[in-house]
Amino acid sequence: MTAEALSGTASPGPRPRIRRGVRLSYDKVRNTPVVLHPEGVLIPNPTATAVLELCDGEHSLTEIARLLADRYDAVQPEQIRSLLDRLADKQVVEWT
Amino acid sequence: MTNPKGAVPPLSLTAELTHRCPLHCGYCSNPIELLTRDQELDTATWREVLTQAHDIGVLQVHFSGGEPLGRKDLAELIEHTAGLGAYVNLVTSGLGLTEARLQSLVDAGLNHVQLSVQGADAAIGDRIAGTRAHHHKIIAADLVRRAGLPLSVNVVLHRENHHQVAALIDFAEELGADRLELANTQYYGWALRNRSQLMPTADQLAAAELIVQDALVRLKGKMQIVYVIADYPEKFPKPCTYGWGARQITVAPDGTVMPCPAASAISTLQLENVRERSLGEIWYDSSSFNAYRGDDWMSDTCRSCDRRELDFGGCRCQAFLLTGDAAATDPVCHKSPDRGVVDLILAEPRRTGLVMRSPSR
Repeated sequence: MTAEALSGTASPGPRPRIRRGVRLSYDKVRNTPVVLHPEGVLIPNPTATAVLELCDGEHSLTEIARLLADRYDAVQPEQIRSLLDRLADKQVVEWT
Repeated sequence: MTNPKGAVPPLSLTAELTHRCPLHCGYCSNPIELLTRDQELDTATWREVLTQAHDIGVLQVHFSGGEPLGRKDLAELIEHTAGLGAYVNLVTSGLGLTEARLQSLVDAGLNHVQLSVQGADAAIGDRIAGTRAHHHKIIAADLVRRAGLPLSVNVVLHRENHHQVAALIDFAEELGADRLELANTQYYGWALRNRSQLMPTADQLAAAELIVQDALVRLKGKMQIVYVIADYPEKFPKPCTYGWGARQITVAPDGTVMPCPAASAISTLQLENVRERSLGEIWYDSSSFNAYRGDDWMSDTCRSCDRRELDFGGCRCQAFLLTGDAAATDPVCHKSPDRGVVDLILAEPRRTGLVMRSPSR
């Protein structure tokens, strides 16, 4: 499903969204974005934070990749897909 | 604040609001001497503790017990915690959870529910809980799901329910759990008293391993399964959480502050109380939290071992309970000079007749 999305032509592809019960927040004690989820706390790096901010169920994977390519030259769509797959395994995001 | 042992801000707080509980599970990790209602912190003090916890970095609060629903101020404490921006988790037996009560907790900002399950059916579930509990699990899970909250189901495994592992996985699926924790009993508090009665057989553990492996593959992406192994038969010990005083704080119903829920077992530890000192001072400056930070305290066995950064010498509470020395290598470790203690326990004939959890007289 994700491979088809990355081809980016036929359909807008799957749209990731942050699962219910998961929250992207900012921690003022550590001065860092944090992901609060049932099992604990993740501290996402800047790229992961930018991806998660776009995981709203509206943006497709293709669109997220395009938006971030403008901001982060080095980010490849494959990296975003594998990041989202890891976050899906941790039940942080889900595909809609 | 700085700390000579390199302590960093804590991530999570387990607020044991009460030891009162409608269940009588013989595997309970609460201490044998259960605290009574008149010893519990009042609402204002809990609010202050939660504020202090947030100020020093706590991002996640687990309301636990006993049965936290036994506190009438639970919604108020949840609202206070959520208002601080922390993530709120409720650890419950489900008894006392009505639609109206859950709605009040959701409105207050509850994020996640962990529901305990004792058995795959009423016959075993009710017997282990010592009360009619099983049907409440089905009702509670349904309420949580309909409220749209993520649901985790927690099962403690022991000799009386180990044969049900496959059925327990099916039951958790039926309950609509996002996550299932199947945790073999760890021996603290009531569980230690009942160790011989609870300890699974080698055959039970081997059979469960295969069933869980299969379910992990079959349910990947549907229901997450976390399997907590029985540590006594292992070669290496389980880690001391993420390290002693590294991430977690537990506050007991009377305000005693502990590095983990079992730490009151270590009678040589000078535990402090939020009634007398702030949480931040206790986290950074108390002898109890600094006792086993870093590796200066370790035995030569641990200090010379490559795994010391992985398991931190194993469980301090277990080391104390089995050897009398909380700084000893966890005797589960095959390198421990005390491993014979664990082997003797494993070889003992198993007793029957659980002592049910009940209030102190």
